[in-house]
Amino acid sequence: MPESAVDSPPETSPDASGHFGPYGGAYVPEILTPVLDELKAAYTTYKDDPDFQNELRTLLHEYAGRPTPLTYCNRLTEEIGGAHIYAKREDLCHTGAHKINNTLGQILLADRMGKERIIAETGAGQHGVATATVCAKFGIDCVVYMGAEDMERQRLNVERMELLGAEVRAATTGSQTLKEATNEAIRDWVSNPDDTFYIIGSVVGPHPYPMMVRNFHRIIGTETRSQLRDAVGRETPDAIAACVGGGSNAIGIFHPFLENHEVQLHGTEAAGGGLSGDHAATLAEGSPGVLHGAMSYLLQDDAGQVSLAHSLSAGLDYPGVGPEHAHLRDEGRVTYHPITDDEALEGVKLLSQTEGIIPALETAHAVALLPDLARSLAAEHGDDAVLVFNCSGRGDKDMETIAANL
Amino acid sequence: MSRLDDTFAALRARNEKAMGLFLTDGFPNPEATGPILHALDRGGVDFIELGMPFSDPLAEGRPIQRASARALSHGVDLTDTFRTAEDFRRESETPILLMGYVNPLLAYGIEEFCRDAAAAGVDGLILPDLPPEESDRLCEAAADHNLDVVFLIAPNTAEERVATVDERATGFVYAVSVTGLTGSDLDEAPTVDAYLERSRRLVNQNPLLVGFGIKTHEDAMRLSRHTDGFIVGSALINRVEALWDDPTHSDAERLDAVEAFAHDLKYGNAAPTPQPSSEARPTDDH
Repeated sequence: MPESAVDSPPETSPDASGHFGPYGGAYVPEILTPVLDELKAAYTTYKDDPDFQNELRTLLHEYAGRPTPLTYCNRLTEEIGGAHIYAKREDLCHTGAHKINNTLGQILLADRMGKERIIAETGAGQHGVATATVCAKFGIDCVVYMGAEDMERQRLNVERMELLGAEVRAATTGSQTLKEATNEAIRDWVSNPDDTFYIIGSVVGPHPYPMMVRNFHRIIGTETRSQLRDAVGRETPDAIAACVGGGSNAIGIFHPFLENHEVQLHGTEAAGGGLSGDHAATLAEGSPGVLHGAMSYLLQDDAGQVSLAHSLSAGLDYPGVGPEHAHLRDEGRVTYHPITDDEALEGVKLLSQTEGIIPALETAHAVALLPDLARSLAAEHGDDAVLVFNCSGRGDKDMETIAANL
Repeated sequence: MSRLDDTFAALRARNEKAMGLFLTDGFPNPEATGPILHALDRGGVDFIELGMPFSDPLAEGRPIQRASARALSHGVDLTDTFRTAEDFRRESETPILLMGYVNPLLAYGIEEFCRDAAAAGVDGLILPDLPPEESDRLCEAAADHNLDVVFLIAPNTAEERVATVDERATGFVYAVSVTGLTGSDLDEAPTVDAYLERSRRLVNQNPLLVGFGIKTHEDAMRLSRHTDGFIVGSALINRVEALWDDPTHSDAERLDAVEAFAHDLKYGNAAPTPQPSSEARPTDDH
């Protein structure tokens, strides 16, 4: 594994108070201000601490299974007839998705800070499972908040979390999905600020979470760079695609390439049943606002009430998005595309049948972009064009939904 | 002097603690909010916190969450809340603060919001998810329209930060009594006392009020020993919910019960009705 894999990047973004342009910041009840200050101080100390970094590196290697492979998708490439497509195989991480990179980083931090109790929110259940997993490994109590509707959709993940020793608490208000689960987790945190560490599952929430979670996932992009050097003789592809809910897997693979302006970056959002109806395409259809502690794009009505998101994929079913993505959108550095439920289901079939990889429904939103993108890259850059997509999670958890809808 | 400053000055002169009461606009239904505010006024409230409903009220316990959801189910928005304030202001000089979350203000436009709030007779704002660090724009717009901006401190707020909050706040500083949500159970007496005593020492530029978890006159008197007054929200919401959800009461009975609730909170069950002199507001002072 490359030396640079868990090193933190130079922090020019966000600024000291957590702003990415006008986005980010910390819009939180006063009780959480000292808690966030304590977290910032601990993170600042440990991100440059060799013992901490060594322990994290060892855990990522020996426990999570890093580095994950970069797989050349030869049949998918042939089927589409465009750029050479490579998959960054986060689906092969322990627990089945990229989420473990972040939960290992945060639990190690929580442990160093002497916290006795972990809380987390989860949508699809992948972050909840990744949190319950590291809590079992570290022997720390774990409570996971999950929308009641998501508990129904992702029953298997609820059973996994419970088997791992976590308590899963249902959020029963509103849409009973990730937004409400996050509300409940924040309320728990406000009520237990001293002994509890909140492991946020994406690049959302108040500063320093969007920066910290991003840095724990940058390993996806730094590994990709060195693997591309071996595979195609250059560190930079022509384009990268990744799905965006909160945006953690996308920022993880994008971030080490942000300064390489020749690399196109494409994020795919959940357009659900289509943009005219119910969807979760925050960057395409939302407007700036404050939810869950940060300023970012938000699905909301004219009165500033947060809308209910919709996606077949529980992990993308969120009306907000990470503040750094909001900034990258405005800057034009990343292009975000809405992908419908039906297109994502086609993506599941395509990757399953050409590569023998059943992707998570979230990941399938990135797969769905590949045909058009691969062809346009080949038209632009010729036969040597290289396209990487982040295969962020595996689809076992979605088999019931997939079977019911395909 | 603002209407709020006048109120605190008059209370200090009478050696009396201020009572602020919180009610979500549009709760229990849009028609009932106005009459309830007047009943609270008759019961002796010193200032009103009118809640602006929000879809994701993070710092609230169940009662205010329910009230917010119920108001939203009636389609209540900021325009309605300004109208509630304006109607109340026509008949009373009791100060009104709007309390809520920042996102609906951003959607309305911060400058437009302050302008329209001031025009409706609102005196100040409390936004629990807008800490001093993120509040420059709001404070500027609020100052342009003579609106006070209240900031909060909590039991875990560092001493230097309490001073910063006091520096930035106008109207008063709101001491959250517990590390918890609105409507939480209060901590053991010595813990709360030590915190409020420390806060009293550190807050020098504004009145200090305590809120969260106060349910009875006894709670109110115990906690406001070290403060200029107290604020009650969830207990009132629970009372209103019980009264309006019970079909055996007439509206007149409900409003009488709300008035009695406010009166008992402030003066206790046994205390006499306040003299007319203490009900009259110093309306000619501004």
